[in-house]
Amino acid sequence: MPTVVYVKPDGTRQEVHLESGTTVMQGAVDNMVEGILGDCGGCCSCATCHVYVDEAWVDKVGKPDDVERDMLEFVINPKETSRLSCQIVVSDELDGLVVHLPESQY
Amino acid sequence: MAKERCIIVGASHAAAQLAPTLRQHGYEGSIAVIGDEYFLPYHRPPLSKDFLAGKKSIDDILIRPPAVYQKNNIRFVLGLTVTGIDRANKHLLLDDGEQIPYDKLVLTVGARVRRLEVPGVDKKGIFYLRTLADVQQIKAYAGKARHAVIVGGGYIGLETAASLRKLGMEVVVLEALPRVLARVTAPEVSAFYTRVHAEEGVRIVTDAQVAEFLGDGEVREVALADGRTFPADLVIIGIGIIPNTEMAAEAGLEVDNGIVVDEFARTSDPDILAAGDCTCHFNPIYGRRVRLESVQNAVDQATIAALTLCGQPRPYRALPWFWSDQYDLKLQIAGLSQGYDQVVIRGDIERGRSFAAFYLKEGKLLAVDAVNRPQEFMLGKRLIAEGVEVDPSLLRQENFALKGLLAR
Ligand SMILES: Cc1cc2nc3c(=O)[nH]c(=O)nc-3n(C[C@H](O)[C@H](O)[C@H](O)COP(=O)(O)OP(=O)(O)OC[C@H]3O[C@@H](n4cnc5c(N)ncnc54)[C@H](O)[C@@H]3O)c2cc1C
Repeated sequence: MPTVVYVKPDGTRQEVHLESGTTVMQGAVDNMVEGILGDCGGCCSCATCHVYVDEAWVDKVGKPDDVERDMLEFVINPKETSRLSCQIVVSDELDGLVVHLPESQY
Repeated sequence: MAKERCIIVGASHAAAQLAPTLRQHGYEGSIAVIGDEYFLPYHRPPLSKDFLAGKKSIDDILIRPPAVYQKNNIRFVLGLTVTGIDRANKHLLLDDGEQIPYDKLVLTVGARVRRLEVPGVDKKGIFYLRTLADVQQIKAYAGKARHAVIVGGGYIGLETAASLRKLGMEVVVLEALPRVLARVTAPEVSAFYTRVHAEEGVRIVTDAQVAEFLGDGEVREVALADGRTFPADLVIIGIGIIPNTEMAAEAGLEVDNGIVVDEFARTSDPDILAAGDCTCHFNPIYGRRVRLESVQNAVDQATIAALTLCGQPRPYRALPWFWSDQYDLKLQIAGLSQGYDQVVIRGDIERGRSFAAFYLKEGKLLAVDAVNRPQEFMLGKRLIAEGVEVDPSLLRQENFALKGLLAR
């Protein structure tokens, strides 16, 4: 099972093992990773699952689609590496993925 | 000292947030969730969307997998109804005659559907849509249905119409008021949804008072008060919900169109909290009491309740938001539009499928309905929450980059 590492703003790391096919958002919800809400259940409607993909992983994770990009533009503190984690599907390719959590989702 | 005992009544969105959040913030007492449905908390929104249209399974819509609750030592008792609260003795009364003690009680009992009281409403083929069990019954029955009639042109009615259309049925929506979504949107937005449904082959009939359901055992026809009739072999009624407040009222808690809670999700009894669709609270952004029917409110208010119980109180100030999916339309709503005195439309609402409607009152932004406009939704959220003054004429101009409105 691929591993995803969630890094909190204070630097604390939470490492979780996820089934391929689940999303990085659902992985956080299932493991009570604080700071990722995912209120809409993953339909890209709420932008409460914002993360910064670690620089080393940006290329592998890929780019957001139009809807996601539009939403990301107005999250708190958007960066080049911003993604909505409900749109990142975990796979063996992404084993070891590191994502950084923002200070706040609102 | 014996461990504190927290009981949560109602096992849905609010409970699924509340119980694990208690643990996350260090709650050491025992936690039990009692629910009258037979499933672990699941996402309700897909019931009228993807789940109805057949793409998702039950496992896909569980809010959290069972392992999360096990790991956090959260006990679920499902298929059991709480019938009363004995506040003097701090006991709950159960429908099997048992009583159980509590130290802290949280009511996340939500709402139930409003029933339509007309002759023939108990015929086969007539359903409501609130629970997974409802949808399972609809799906089991709908296989052979060709003519679906939806009673009620609110979000759930319109979403259901779109989903059944996807399944290839002939669909008619009957709305009692002069326009659909009348309680929640501007006339322009109602007209937009009416047009898109027509383009997709769904007929919307307004000023339609349902008088009777006809048919021999199974429903065959819907008759209106003015004599018009519509063939129907499947009827879904979505005419609103009623908050489950009776038990709280009987126990003497303050109820006013919802169980009244303060900014820390406490009822008028300090050992009883409440969150979600069943509550009514004072919203500081809008300066009035509101009762919300949304996942946002269930999740955010449940978080507040958990923090209160953990002795880390934080006042509830979240901006309400909501979404609705129909066909290729992704509607996102920020804020509450009631009381607006001006609507500004950005985009081609009359011919296109993408626009934003900004609701203002005395020049201040109250709410945004954004259809396939995620930027406007996201920006609207921030402008409302931050109370930024906006020039309505700028909102209308498509060539004006909205980013310029944010104070940075
Ligand atoms: C078809 C549909 C589509 C929706 N779409 C959206 C959407 O797109 N976006 C959005 O934001 N919201 C949507 N909603 C609304 C959203 O689902 C609700 O706001 C949310 O479910 C509220 O959660 P809750 O936990 O407060 O209450 P509920 O979900 O109402 O759950 C309360 C639970 O408590 C149980 N209960 C009640 N009394 C007792 C008792 N005495 N003993 C034991 N159990 C009891 C009930 O049976 C129920 O299981 C939709 C709702 C429906 C039905």
